[in-house]
Amino acid sequence: MIKTDIIIIGAGPCGLFTVFEAGLLKLKCHLIDSLPIPGGQCAEIYPKKPIYDIPGYPSILAGELVDNLMEQIEPFQPGFTLGETVEKVEKLEDGNFLVVTNRGIEHTAPVVAIAGGLGVFEPRKPPISNIVDFEDKGIDYIVKDPEKFRDKKVVLSGGGDSALDWALFLANGVAAEVSLVHRRSSFRGHPDSVDKVMQMAAEGKINLITDAEIIGLNGDDNLKELTIKHKTQGEILLHTDYWLPLFGLSPSLGPIADWGLNISKNSIQVDTLDYSTNVPGIYAIGDINTYPGKLKLILCGFHEATLMVQSAFKTVYPDKRLSFKYTTVMGGISGFEDKKDD
Amino acid sequence: MDLKIKKMIKVSVIDRKGEAHELEAPTDMNMNLMELCKAYELPVKGTCGGMAMCASCHCYVESSHELNEASDDEEDMLDQAFFVEDNSRLGCQIFLTNDLDGLKIRLAEESE
Repeated sequence: MIKTDIIIIGAGPCGLFTVFEAGLLKLKCHLIDSLPIPGGQCAEIYPKKPIYDIPGYPSILAGELVDNLMEQIEPFQPGFTLGETVEKVEKLEDGNFLVVTNRGIEHTAPVVAIAGGLGVFEPRKPPISNIVDFEDKGIDYIVKDPEKFRDKKVVLSGGGDSALDWALFLANGVAAEVSLVHRRSSFRGHPDSVDKVMQMAAEGKINLITDAEIIGLNGDDNLKELTIKHKTQGEILLHTDYWLPLFGLSPSLGPIADWGLNISKNSIQVDTLDYSTNVPGIYAIGDINTYPGKLKLILCGFHEATLMVQSAFKTVYPDKRLSFKYTTVMGGISGFEDKKDD
Repeated sequence: MDLKIKKMIKVSVIDRKGEAHELEAPTDMNMNLMELCKAYELPVKGTCGGMAMCASCHCYVESSHELNEASDDEEDMLDQAFFVEDNSRLGCQIFLTNDLDGLKIRLAEESE
């Protein structure tokens, strides 16, 4: 069981900065994120995009901002549970919260701060009505164990690196037959991978079907056949054992919707006094919250985090008085010597 | 006296239920179609905020207006959308200008 003062759900810029502001008040934090790396959208969607409205930075790349935040919070030794999605948030009899991930890792703290941004990043699923019927019965959105596809017929969809790389890997003596279906004839993946795929297609090792899209699924217990819509040739049927739709990740609110919080339009309603939710002890900051006048900006999230930890302090230490100090007056940041939460 | 005339165009958006919405759009605010749909509270997420990085504003252009050509970034992102047609665009990459008066678009099916 991981014990801390504040469990932060979401390790995007807002969640990371919470560690700093909490640290100034001597509160320990543990971050949980469904992505395997910290940074949230900044790391997953646009690491190479410059941001122009971070105070004090005329321009900074999103990835750099994340690196800087990690450096800024380093003295406060936050704990991390990465690559895991929070499934359960429950109030215990002793007043603390129990936060459990999809892999069963348990965390407990008197305060939970949800800095979940857009929600949980999950594989993008093609909107085909019976697709759920074949999930794990021939359809995988993520390749976990490529050995599963040994001597099988595999169809991949997508135009990015994961589709290209897995097509190359599986066509090199793993799968019996590899087809790659893509909506146009050019690919956005690494040029080297694109060249290799084209070469293997020319050699007949990859069945490359471009200007096409999979629109239908057939089978009984397991997937058996795909309906491909080709731009000029109409519908084509393709027998297969597996289909891997690799269309990247997209965020959704996910389990957050089930924690008894007041939700409006995919966002958590908060009181702007301290960004508390309707559940005492649970706060929501950054892009995931909503209130009159809300703007989804990183800089607003930083402000929300700062005010939120003042209130969190009173929850963690109801009897202690909080004195406010400027970092300039403190003469440096005194962090924590060791992790309290493990 | 301010002689600047405020420019407004009409844009017709067909939602995923097939219902048509007639929207009025200012052309002097550097606004894009995704932002317009959100301003009218149509079900367009605009997850990435208009960077052509999420495809949640995927739509079909149903009128014969000549639009700016899709950038490589936009084409790459359309690779991650579904049911992409020749008239597919990302709404966030369609900037509302006076020559788009009468534009007619249809929202594409959302992926989960």
